[in-house]
Amino acid sequence: MMNWSVILSISRTHLLSRMKQTIIAALGVTFGIGTFIILVSFMTGLNGLLDGLILDRTPHVHIFNEIKPSKRQPVHFFDPYDDSFNLIHSVKPKFRGEKINNALPLMELLKSDDRVKGITPAVKAQVFYSAGMLELNGLLNGVNVMEEERLFNLEDYIFEGIPKVLHQTSNGILIGKGVAKKLSLTVGDNVQVISSKGDLFQLKIVGFYQSGLAEIDNVQSYVNLKTAQQILGEGDSYITSLNVKLHDLEEAPRMARQIERGYDLTAIDINEANAQFETGTTIRNLITYAVSITLLIVAGFGIYNILNMLIYEKMNDIAILKATGFSGRDVKYIFIIQALLIGLSGGVLGLIFGYFVSLLIDHTPFVTEALPTITTFPVNWNPMYYIIGIAFALASTFLAGYLPASRAEQIDPVEIIRGQ
Amino acid sequence: MTGHAIPSVLRAEKINKYFTDPVSFHVLKDVSLEIKKGEFVSIMGKSGCGKSTLLYVLSTMDTNYSGKLYLDNRLLTGQGGEALASIRNEYIGFIFQFHYLLPEFSVVRNVMLPGLKLGLKSAEEVYQDAMEKLRLLGIANQAEKLASRISGGQKQRVAIARSLINSPKLIMADEPTGNLDSKNADNVFHLLRDLSHQEGLSLLVVTHDQDFANQTDRIITMEDGRIMSTA
Repeated sequence: MMNWSVILSISRTHLLSRMKQTIIAALGVTFGIGTFIILVSFMTGLNGLLDGLILDRTPHVHIFNEIKPSKRQPVHFFDPYDDSFNLIHSVKPKFRGEKINNALPLMELLKSDDRVKGITPAVKAQVFYSAGMLELNGLLNGVNVMEEERLFNLEDYIFEGIPKVLHQTSNGILIGKGVAKKLSLTVGDNVQVISSKGDLFQLKIVGFYQSGLAEIDNVQSYVNLKTAQQILGEGDSYITSLNVKLHDLEEAPRMARQIERGYDLTAIDINEANAQFETGTTIRNLITYAVSITLLIVAGFGIYNILNMLIYEKMNDIAILKATGFSGRDVKYIFIIQALLIGLSGGVLGLIFGYFVSLLIDHTPFVTEALPTITTFPVNWNPMYYIIGIAFALASTFLAGYLPASRAEQIDPVEIIRGQ
Repeated sequence: MTGHAIPSVLRAEKINKYFTDPVSFHVLKDVSLEIKKGEFVSIMGKSGCGKSTLLYVLSTMDTNYSGKLYLDNRLLTGQGGEALASIRNEYIGFIFQFHYLLPEFSVVRNVMLPGLKLGLKSAEEVYQDAMEKLRLLGIANQAEKLASRISGGQKQRVAIARSLINSPKLIMADEPTGNLDSKNADNVFHLLRDLSHQEGLSLLVVTHDQDFANQTDRIITMEDGRIMSTA
């Protein structure tokens, strides 16, 4: 029969009567866990930020009509040449426009798919921003702005204005920050754009758009879907791309292939588009865990050493406990509990330490052109890491305590008592 | 065994034990003995005759022997470590030549530990029992001191109090007075004898001290691993 309260009280007395060693052992764990929390919170925060920079605003599946040469050239349709080796020179792309045929029915169909979280239509229109004598190259993105906000966090890249205002202003424009700077425009001003057909349109600036990538900010602006269609002189059904967001990102490649097979369209999935980001994330996580585990192993050796020494010093105590009726298992638990108490107290302190340093990092200013809405370093406050941290602490101290404790279990009291 | 009105507490039959390290050595040779309820028995013999070894075998701590050992007619030989530990806890009290208290615990805590391990009574009741034993031995005023802070004679009395905490059937002692001056030794002897007579406790004491042994009910004399006389 185990009598836990007695075992616990003996463990506690052992720890408290050698406070200094206990504190040193616990501090080892504290630094291990604290570093783990700081590293993992900061690293994953950074990962989230970087992923968000690209992945959040990238559609999981991007559907468009790519201009490309036909795979099957006329000669392939002519049976007598089936077995011959055909060489075709100067292949030209087939003209069929950028418009996605039957885009609206296709949208409805995709919306009814369980995997799809949402889908937004877009119209890209090449224009010139006109400023007196000067004409700047530009690209208008006609979108359903409320859907863009919901699915692709458009609001994170909008300055001095909110997407909703664009939604309410039929001739509004969220103008690229670079364009605005060049043309010395502010919110409320009007800007003239010239369509590729030479028509002139007057648009009202309702906000600035800044992606952080100068190339984009110098060219791209957002307008309502309808505005873009009008500028191009096209009707409601003119849509040049569909951006799909899925519930599960992993489904993207399969979905893209299905769409390509089913409809004569090009579908790019997010993994194709951003393969390198996944790799960066994985490697950063790997480094975080490797460093933390190394620290914990060092702390574990410290605990192992201290408990080993303790057991040498406590040979007499162990013999007395065994002589007066404590079993080998009781003695083993006494020492394992000491290790776990060190792990628990050191671990909890480490969590607190890690929490406060993370708080400090979270309040450290961090200003970058790339991320207009970010003002401090990113920290991930996922409570899961705290649970992993304390589990780490208990597991490593248990392992460190187990060997010395098993040795204590095996000690023969007769040998100790005779040896006196 | 017929004809004995008094039941036996501890019985050993043909105990043999060998030491193999450093050389093979036959340390106990066909040792048989019996201790009755309320009996105060001493074991005497020269150094190296095997009397301490015998005590550890009888105490159940040393299980590496052949022969049979009974406590209250219950066979102990062959039982596992866990079972033997709980038997020691409940039925056997120990007093060692050296004081063997846990130095980081208070005196009363030292006395309480085997009682807490047994777990039949609440901590409060065990504390009351422990204080009562300490009063019985005249050291209740030292109860809250650390065990490492009291004198040798006091330590020995604490050890006796500890051996009594679970009201055992049998107390075993290895040279309980070996480390004490004659006055303290006399005190310890009288304490043990009173316990034996008043509470029907059996006592088995290994000693060098002829005066001590002469006052016990029975002396078992050992020589070269054999019992020479049990008079």
